Amino acid sequence: MELTNYLILAAILFAIGATTVLLRRNAIIVFMGIELMLNATNLTFVTFSRMHGDLHGQVIAFFVMVVAAAEVVVGLAIIVAIFRTRRSASVDDVNLLKN
Amino acid sequence: MSTAAAFVAPTIDWAYLVPVIVVLGAGVLGVLVEAFVPDRHRRAVQVVLALGALVGALTTIVLLWGDVQELNGIQVLGGSLVIDPFGLALQGIVVVLALLATLVIADRTSTGQDAFAPTAAAVPGSAYEDLARRRGLEQTEVFPLVLFAVGGMMIFPATGDLLTMFVALEVLSLPLYVLTALARRRRLLSQEASFKYFLLGAFASAIFIFGVALVYGFAGSVRIAEVRAALLDGGGLDGMTGLVLLGLVMVLAGLLFKVGAAPFHSWTPDVYQGAPTPVTGFMAACTKAAAFGALVRVLYLIGSALPPDLQEKLVVALWVVAILTMVVGSVIGVIQTDMKRLLAYSSIAHAGFLLVALVGFGELSGFGVRAVVFYLLAYGLATVGAFAVVTLVRERSPQPQAAVESPVLAAVGSGGAPGSAGASGPAGGGAGEVPAPDGGAILGEATHLTEWAGLGRRSPWLAGSFALFLLSMAGIPLTAGFIAKFTAFGAAVAVGAWPLALIGVLASAVSVFFYVRIIVLMFFTPSPSSGSGGAAQGSQGDEAGGPVGTSAAAALAARVTVVRSEGFTTVAIVICVTGVILLGVLPSSVLDLALEAAKFRP
Repeated sequence: MELTNYLILAAILFAIGATTVLLRRNAIIVFMGIELMLNATNLTFVTFSRMHGDLHGQVIAFFVMVVAAAEVVVGLAIIVAIFRTRRSASVDDVNLLKN
Repeated sequence: MSTAAAFVAPTIDWAYLVPVIVVLGAGVLGVLVEAFVPDRHRRAVQVVLALGALVGALTTIVLLWGDVQELNGIQVLGGSLVIDPFGLALQGIVVVLALLATLVIADRTSTGQDAFAPTAAAVPGSAYEDLARRRGLEQTEVFPLVLFAVGGMMIFPATGDLLTMFVALEVLSLPLYVLTALARRRRLLSQEASFKYFLLGAFASAIFIFGVALVYGFAGSVRIAEVRAALLDGGGLDGMTGLVLLGLVMVLAGLLFKVGAAPFHSWTPDVYQGAPTPVTGFMAACTKAAAFGALVRVLYLIGSALPPDLQEKLVVALWVVAILTMVVGSVIGVIQTDMKRLLAYSSIAHAGFLLVALVGFGELSGFGVRAVVFYLLAYGLATVGAFAVVTLVRERSPQPQAAVESPVLAAVGSGGAPGSAGASGPAGGGAGEVPAPDGGAILGEATHLTEWAGLGRRSPWLAGSFALFLLSMAGIPLTAGFIAKFTAFGAAVAVGAWPLALIGVLASAVSVFFYVRIIVLMFFTPSPSSGSGGAAQGSQGDEAGGPVGTSAAAALAARVTVVRSEGFTTVAIVICVTGVILLGVLPSSVLDLALEAAKFRP
């Protein structure tokens, strides 16, 4: 099995995640896009770890997961607070701060 | 079992970790204090703990300095953390600025209320929030949150590998996202700022870590020293040199987001405006110092090891970013009408001036690093001081105990038009206000520029120190900002980047315009409350771009007041003023120290 394919898959996932962040309007979906980017990163780390034949990449993947979990905790709290105030989680409705 | 036996526990030089451990340990203790200390003592304990931890960390950094200089840096935790002169100097700057910012955060002013929501979980405008306000609840969790953020900021510029850098980035960011959402007044703006900061920040850190993954793919390690070695002997995977450039660019994009450089600056004005003002001062000064530390480390240790052709591309990219940042910060700053937004654009411009000092990274210019270290200190002192002044200049409602129940929708409507009288009025914060001596309730900060007119006559000392901070940011001689800009542009000229320095000087000249405009407004424009009131106020409002009607102008008049500090903020402002003047008049010893700090250990 060609290992490069995994890298290409990871790059595609990362691109989908980034596109989601930039194009979708619902904060939860945007947030899922960010998680997808982080998971694409994990796949990249694990693949490179296999290519180089050392375990560091796999260990790093665990660190990224922990950080992603911490981010979910803070992020969902903020999104829920916004939703409870405005009854909307759309990133377009959040526009009080403008010039 | 054999693998377990083969595991060798790393030896750890605990002594060099003490500053970080003190701060993070105090953060953990702070969480326990929240759980176990009774209500009425909690605040005092938290303040003492936070200030004590920061003073302790600063002391240990000073004690370690000579030792670290002698060793020229030491690797701790198997190389994850590198305590070298540069890393330690940045830790020192972060702790000094955090100490000053914490003083401002701890101050409740003469209103007896701090800048934070009584319960951040309550929906703005709800009965629950009103109840919490009346009961006088306070969220002292801000102190542990600040300490955790400071801990991350101390690790960030002293990392030996990119993974630790990523973890430090998150450790400093996550508490800041939360702190941003905690404002007592204008809670909708505060939550919105936090929301934007979080989404963009998480996006940037995802880009950062993907960049790290690509660098790992090239070098087979995330250790900065090994990436450097792999670049220097052209090793790594075959045909994957492109990977490292792409990876490095993504890592730099993540870092440039944190320092607020264009085109990654769009969060800065929103977040600076929406966050509680003491927190804005804290993150403007400390985050910038920490992130520039990490940026310098990546550029000097990895960027300088790139093959010449790739390095050239990176330098060009840095030029573009620096020019764009300076121009955006200076030019858009001119049209701002909100004080905190204006300071945010000023902070973007300063990020550009700092980047100018870094274009010599390929030649390992020690002068560039010296300029960055000095600049961060000078800028940080002026910024913390300026935001500290902003926390004291408040609005006052016209009638005693103004409108209490403000429905959320009304708050949304009024918040949408900064400059109109309602923009900063009871938006989610009208209930349970503290009555001022003459009847009106003290509200949030008076951030609209027109509200600052005539401040110099009523509070000459406060306005004078604010003017000094602005002059320092503008780079007027005899202030710290002048020496900082001089060394930064000098470092660029020394490596032949004089066009960049020239653009820097021009952008600086543009930014002088808006700093001086505020000084003129404070000292030479009649105060709205001094009688001539309405008409003058209205014309200023129009000039500033906001459609301020006559009634709104009348409402604005006599609405600005200066609250007294409990003492903490005064101390912070006095220290900042002293620092700004001392660094401006007698900079040589600090410049020498900064040059000594320009040493890395990969």
